[in-house]
Amino acid sequence: MKPGRFGERASAAVQDQVLLRALDRATRRQHEGRKELLAELPDALAMRTLASELRERALSRLDVLLGQLADNIERAGGSVHWAADAEQACQIVVDIAGRAGAKLIVKSKSMLSEEIELNDALAAAGLETVETDLGEYIVQLAGQKPSHIVGPAVHLTTGQIARLLQEKLGIDYTEDPTALTRAARAVLREKFRAADMGISGVNVAVAESGALCIVTNEGNGRFVTSRPPVYVAVMGMEKVVESMADLAVLLKLLARSATGQRSTVYTNLTTGPRGGGETDGPREFHLVIVDAGRSEILGGPFWQVLKCIRCGACLNACPVYRKVGGHAYESVYPGPIGKLLTPLLDSLRGRAELPHASSLCGACGEACPVRIDIPHLLIRMRRVLEDQRYSGYLAKMAVRMWAWMNTSQARYAASSWMGRHFLDAAATDGWCHDLPLLAANWTRYRDFPAMAEAPFHKLWNQLQSDEGSQSCPE
Amino acid sequence: MRVWLFTTCLTDMFYPQTAAAMVRVLRRLGVEVDYPPKQTCCGQPAYNNGFFDEARKVARYTVEVLESADAVVIPSSSCCGMIRKHYEDLFEDEPAMVRRARALADKTFEFVEFLHKRLWDRLSNWPLRYDGTVTYHYSCHLRLLDMTDQGEQLLRRIEGLEYRPLAKLDQCCGFGGAFAFRFPQVSAALVADKVECIAATGAQTVVATDAGCVMNIGGQCKRSRLDVRVRHIADLLDEAMSNGSTAEGVGA
Repeated sequence: MKPGRFGERASAAVQDQVLLRALDRATRRQHEGRKELLAELPDALAMRTLASELRERALSRLDVLLGQLADNIERAGGSVHWAADAEQACQIVVDIAGRAGAKLIVKSKSMLSEEIELNDALAAAGLETVETDLGEYIVQLAGQKPSHIVGPAVHLTTGQIARLLQEKLGIDYTEDPTALTRAARAVLREKFRAADMGISGVNVAVAESGALCIVTNEGNGRFVTSRPPVYVAVMGMEKVVESMADLAVLLKLLARSATGQRSTVYTNLTTGPRGGGETDGPREFHLVIVDAGRSEILGGPFWQVLKCIRCGACLNACPVYRKVGGHAYESVYPGPIGKLLTPLLDSLRGRAELPHASSLCGACGEACPVRIDIPHLLIRMRRVLEDQRYSGYLAKMAVRMWAWMNTSQARYAASSWMGRHFLDAAATDGWCHDLPLLAANWTRYRDFPAMAEAPFHKLWNQLQSDEGSQSCPE
Repeated sequence: MRVWLFTTCLTDMFYPQTAAAMVRVLRRLGVEVDYPPKQTCCGQPAYNNGFFDEARKVARYTVEVLESADAVVIPSSSCCGMIRKHYEDLFEDEPAMVRRARALADKTFEFVEFLHKRLWDRLSNWPLRYDGTVTYHYSCHLRLLDMTDQGEQLLRRIEGLEYRPLAKLDQCCGFGGAFAFRFPQVSAALVADKVECIAATGAQTVVATDAGCVMNIGGQCKRSRLDVRVRHIADLLDEAMSNGSTAEGVGA
């Protein structure tokens, strides 16, 4: 098996001790925090089931809910725009900025905007866009991409961030997080004051009220939605739920799952522009609802991935993510959910390596607040790929041979006999240290055991005669 | 109580002593154990890699071999999960097979699970003794069976055993079948991490509930020259029962 791009990047990443330390610390802290706070709920599983059901319900009548959402927002004085793909979505936002004569844009974190590469489109139109979530701001200053859905700069250590801010903001070198945050805050505060337009993502949209909910810990989302005269929310079309009650369920799980908090510091609900008699809020309020491949996913066998609320819990739980970090995935959506989303949004064949990059340990499915059975969907995706002969003719022949061997005791016994002799020939002291071909991928790093002298199917008869039946003392 | 043993291919070929230990444990607890000789593999390698047609052939064969059992006990959370959770998925277009697969799933148990659900009282009457320090690796596919800390509970019942909790308990050891060969560096990084955590406990022995984990962790201990015994939990329990009965003068 030749490593693909993920394999190459992943094997480089696992060598990076600095990255490993940063990832291990951050992901495990969030993971343990999540488990602790979920355990506080009277019945976390029931809550997750409720969340799963309400997301499924919303997806099952998405057209209706999106219509209702749009009506409610327009009734409140906002404008709703529909974008079929990334290009259209970017054009819509660029046009809004152009009409408003905007020069400086402040942005609250949005994974969708990363997906559609909105910042690049805005830059191409000559606009300055500043990310205002601290992690995103750091990543933007570093000229990088986010490596985690929730913690964009999780791959960086405090030392690396300190050097970056020293260089970019001209401050004295300090590793004190408070001092670093203050320095970023001073810059961002002026950007908020001067901005002509704000852009945010949407965590959850509520159809019945037309409310757009965004959650942040830094309050930047509130500035972005209220201070600039023009506000644009970009939203993946799957993000809508029916009711405020549904929102409440998701909010109970979102912060717990994402960051191990009971709730985020700011929970922002906005509906429409500044109304008559109101003293704050934007003059213009736009919602851009983006499809970009989602309709197609919804109609297919992997529709459940659209339940995702982007909490990042599966990333923190994932052993592979912990070892390779987000950049190895070369996708806006890394980690377990990304192994499904990326091939679906991008190209199944082109990104076929991703669904295989999992030991199927199940930690992601266990962590998911909306109970997406990620490991199972990964297997289903591997199936779709094999139905298209992804692994090639030889692999197919080998697996057919394997199935033939394993559908008869005699053939199974013969194959295990051959395996035993092969390993015996390669072993010293009961272990193989240097196996050939594909098996070298194992023995390059660790030893492989020789087989037992006699398999259990041979031992059984002996065991029958040796062992008397001891009974339980009572 | 009668059970059939499904040893699984890895245990059959690499760790037959584990299956034998399981037989002894169950027999001491008054269970009649039988071994259907036609058994092979559960089909998981093909299923996990997306080869559903081939997995279905082996699964159908296994259903036929096992379905007349009263109960099936398996020394592997992974293969047990395959039968319990995935057979149904494989036969989605064959309602008759789905029924048969469900019937089999309902009476199929992982070894520790079976002790917990069916033999916990009998086991508590049996003196268990093992002198040594032991840590425990949570084999990932226990998740498929909704199992949490049953393995640890079992170890904590053994007298003389000093239990050393493992850091990153719920992090995969990096085995994952084909995963270990497709992404060797990532798999290696994971098992190295696991073995570092094991070494940090200072325990003399680590136990798990899956041959795959035993093979992977054992191979890493061997390569890194860490003097820790890597065993299936059935092996340790068998020894603890034997020690206990000798000390108390019970049993045969």
